[in-house]
Amino acid sequence: MTEQTDLKDELNIAEAWMKAGKEVAIATVVSTWGSAPRPAGSHLVIDEDGNFEGSVSGGCVEGAVVAEAMDVLSSGQPKMLEFGVADETAFEVGLSCGGNIRVFVERIG
Amino acid sequence: MDPLVLKKLNEARHQRKACVLVTNLDNGKDRLVLEGHLVEGELGEAISKALLTGKSATVEINKVEFFLNAHLPPPRIVVIGAVHISQAMAPIAKMSGYDLEVIDPRSAFATEERFEGVSVSADWPEDVLEEKPLDPYCALATVTHDPKIDDFPIADALRRNCFYVGALGSRKTHGKRIERLLADGITQNQLDRIKAPIGLDIGAASPQEIAVAVMAEIIEAFRKRGLS
Repeated sequence: MTEQTDLKDELNIAEAWMKAGKEVAIATVVSTWGSAPRPAGSHLVIDEDGNFEGSVSGGCVEGAVVAEAMDVLSSGQPKMLEFGVADETAFEVGLSCGGNIRVFVERIG
Repeated sequence: MDPLVLKKLNEARHQRKACVLVTNLDNGKDRLVLEGHLVEGELGEAISKALLTGKSATVEINKVEFFLNAHLPPPRIVVIGAVHISQAMAPIAKMSGYDLEVIDPRSAFATEERFEGVSVSADWPEDVLEEKPLDPYCALATVTHDPKIDDFPIADALRRNCFYVGALGSRKTHGKRIERLLADGITQNQLDRIKAPIGLDIGAASPQEIAVAVMAEIIEAFRKRGLS
């Protein structure tokens, strides 16, 4: 499906960024509850300068994921992030749709 | 994520091979499992399921969480016959997210003017499909009624296990077609997979309605493949 090809083109971008000598982190939606905007398997790729491609939520939490990715890039330790309306920080980075998602962020290499 | 795994994953996707990226969510270790490569146990079962449904999901096995990211090739529809029906199928396929291409050796039919924005080849199916082979993530629909043009791709699609094989033509036309395909070494089981008359039975009359019926049948075959 178009969905599958478009959705996962971030993987090609990540490889291209790596070849260009950049540090790259990849964030992946690994589970969803309720009406999450992007399905499990959706990616956001982030480089060391904070450039990013793709989406894990359709715009609601990308900013927070990019910030966390910077930590992951420097530490090399993967991180699991959770977002949802029930979250205390919901006002800042909540999902307006009422869904709940878990996002795994890891460094490539 | 291992950069080598990322490279392999992109290669597999480029080559239209179904695969699952397995990530251990406790430590971030990952590996790529290509379709046809058996993995034993509970994890293997979950991987098989992901390959069948195309759905990515987290599974817990022995208290360890794994994320299975399923990557199935995008379904590709090959239509033999650059006729009115395929002209109508093209926009429906595009709207539904399927790649569609048209093959017809009759160059008067297979023109860019008649198929704006659609991949169209004015060559014999034998030649086009040798260059760009069919695979299990392809649907083949033949709509010329002409055995010289239709027979080869039908037999090829059955041998390559395309998820959908449909052939336009009356029951009488199809009866004769079956005799020819049997003589060509196609088995009865394979023949039973051909959708003929083509398209869901919605009483379609115009070429546009037939296009809707065929597209619906293709979508059904893709979404329910391996489940019946």
